[in-house]
Amino acid sequence: MAQLNMVQAINQALADEMARDDRVVLLGEDLGRDGGVFRVTEGLQERFGPERVLDTPLCESAIMGAAVGMAAYGLRPVPEIQFMGFTYSAFEQLFAHAARLRSRSRGRFSCPLVVRTPYGGGIKAPELHEESTEAIFCHIPGLKVVVPSGPYSAKGLLLAALRDPDPVLFLEPTRLYRMIKEEVPEGDYQLELGKARLARKGSAVTVVAWGSMLERVLKSVDGYDAEVIDLLTLNPLDLETLLASVQKTGRAVIVHEAIKTCGLGAEIAATLAEEAMLHLRAPILRVTAPDVPVPLAKLIDQYLPGPDRIRAALDEVLKY
Amino acid sequence: MPEEILATFQIKRLSVLNENGSADLSLMPELSADEIWRMYQLMVLARCFDERAVSLQREGRLGTYPPIRGQEAAQVGSAFALKASDWVFPSFREMGAHLTLGYPIPQLLQYWGGDERAQKTPPDLNIFPFCVAVGSQIPHAVGAALAIRYRRDPAAVVVYFGDGATSKGDFHEAMNMAGVYQLPVVFICQNNQWAISVPLKGQTASASLAQKALGYGFEGVQVDGNDILAVYRATLNALEKARSGAGPTFLECLTYRMADHTTADDAGRYRSDEEVALWSGRDPILRLERFLAASGAWTPEQGRVVKDEAIALIDRAVGEMEAAPHPSPAELFDGVLATLTQRQAEQRKGR
Repeated sequence: MAQLNMVQAINQALADEMARDDRVVLLGEDLGRDGGVFRVTEGLQERFGPERVLDTPLCESAIMGAAVGMAAYGLRPVPEIQFMGFTYSAFEQLFAHAARLRSRSRGRFSCPLVVRTPYGGGIKAPELHEESTEAIFCHIPGLKVVVPSGPYSAKGLLLAALRDPDPVLFLEPTRLYRMIKEEVPEGDYQLELGKARLARKGSAVTVVAWGSMLERVLKSVDGYDAEVIDLLTLNPLDLETLLASVQKTGRAVIVHEAIKTCGLGAEIAATLAEEAMLHLRAPILRVTAPDVPVPLAKLIDQYLPGPDRIRAALDEVLKY
Repeated sequence: MPEEILATFQIKRLSVLNENGSADLSLMPELSADEIWRMYQLMVLARCFDERAVSLQREGRLGTYPPIRGQEAAQVGSAFALKASDWVFPSFREMGAHLTLGYPIPQLLQYWGGDERAQKTPPDLNIFPFCVAVGSQIPHAVGAALAIRYRRDPAAVVVYFGDGATSKGDFHEAMNMAGVYQLPVVFICQNNQWAISVPLKGQTASASLAQKALGYGFEGVQVDGNDILAVYRATLNALEKARSGAGPTFLECLTYRMADHTTADDAGRYRSDEEVALWSGRDPILRLERFLAASGAWTPEQGRVVKDEAIALIDRAVGEMEAAPHPSPAELFDGVLATLTQRQAEQRKGR
């Protein structure tokens, strides 16, 4: 098996699916001739032509809105929004239309599209290029939100997303794009959407993470009897896996790089409190960014949860 | 260095029937007497539908409803030019287009009665659900046109919106994209001159809306929107152009919203009786009646028959609409996702 980084794994998934299914069409800014600002779509326009890999004008709302029309017509568009912070221009199309089309039309039209966007901090990029506002998207019924944590999960989840009958927001942790190499099988394999992965077994505490935080958590739990759950799909949540783990360990720490208030950690903590109260031995803790806008490079390390804060939370819950 | 003129432009305005109902025969579209009569019947049907919907709302039998009175020619005339294979992206005020395309009348009423099941377009009609968020349907049309182009289908797309929508970013982003790719899409603006309380001059400083198309590299035409023959002719030309691969067209149908913005609005607060009276004299239905009467094809008696038939059709539709069973709470979950999440499935069961 080839050792690939996440950029290569995503590129391979897109290429394989485009070869298999002529309904798959990519559209976005700079993704054709240039291969995308992170080179994720490199070579795809050369191989599949400019009609299937469309360099669009600079217009996030129309990219998303056009994808809705394409999907309703029977294609499988894959709009790329260059950075998560630029999806804000496309909120109305994503929320009012992509997520609601099946329900508004009572199934007459559906919207099978996959929005790909790089997300997350730690790449020394300008303002709005390192956002982590995934919780906003998880609040919208009808939209699935998926976050791979490495090359293997990126390919398997993307192939599943591309075949999902509903709209999927596929968040690519920018910091991990070239950081990790993994063995990635050639050809077809899918990781089911809505299923979390047990990244490490343990019995004293459950740590929940996703995206680029998973790598940090795994580096931080040495010496702890910690079970680590890699969420992979943020909406819908894999409640079964979360509950089974917390019922076993009795303790939970949730680590995310988004801010604390109304972050996804709040939803997970509330669910655990509702469903597993009698199994809990300690308060559920969240390790998150502070409630401030994502800073530029000089303070990003203070903003993102690091090993010290993750270990401090583990020590805290293990006191009980 | 001398200054150079890089662009100058002209905007055409098309009208075929004047206010007295006399037609410029050189501009007459090819239509049989039967087809023109059908257009007349559809405009009357649209008017009667509208009157009934407003009165049903007043009686508490429908929810908030946006009247189309005055815009029948713009809606019926444009929809009459469509083929079954074309795709339509309406705003929320195109019931005349729906009626022309054969959308079931009970279903139209059912939607405004607050029943989402009515948005399920019959399988033989390529009509998108009503779009309440202003202008946000315009990029969908461009996407469908991209798909048509990719599939090499012999079809075109029509998107309807009002003058207020031309102030929105989605209008500009979508027009720009359609121009860049030269897509088979016809943008139909029903310029009814009022976006709730703000008049056209509060939406734009340009002399026409049609000229905005030139900024995106394609043709824009202003059409007398109360003249059904002009609207039909312009739409037919634009659709043929789109289907032949010659790119998009923007049609500004200049018309007037004779009623309130919705049944929750009172237009008396922001516009004068004189203005409304002026436009009442330009009523699109009266105009076609005058045209037909001049050749002996219409009499007041025949007009009454057409109206009575329309009212009977609507009476039946109201009965059907009101006989439809109330949706069940479980139907809240219909179509939210192809397969409900575990949590949704539990909530559907009432847990």
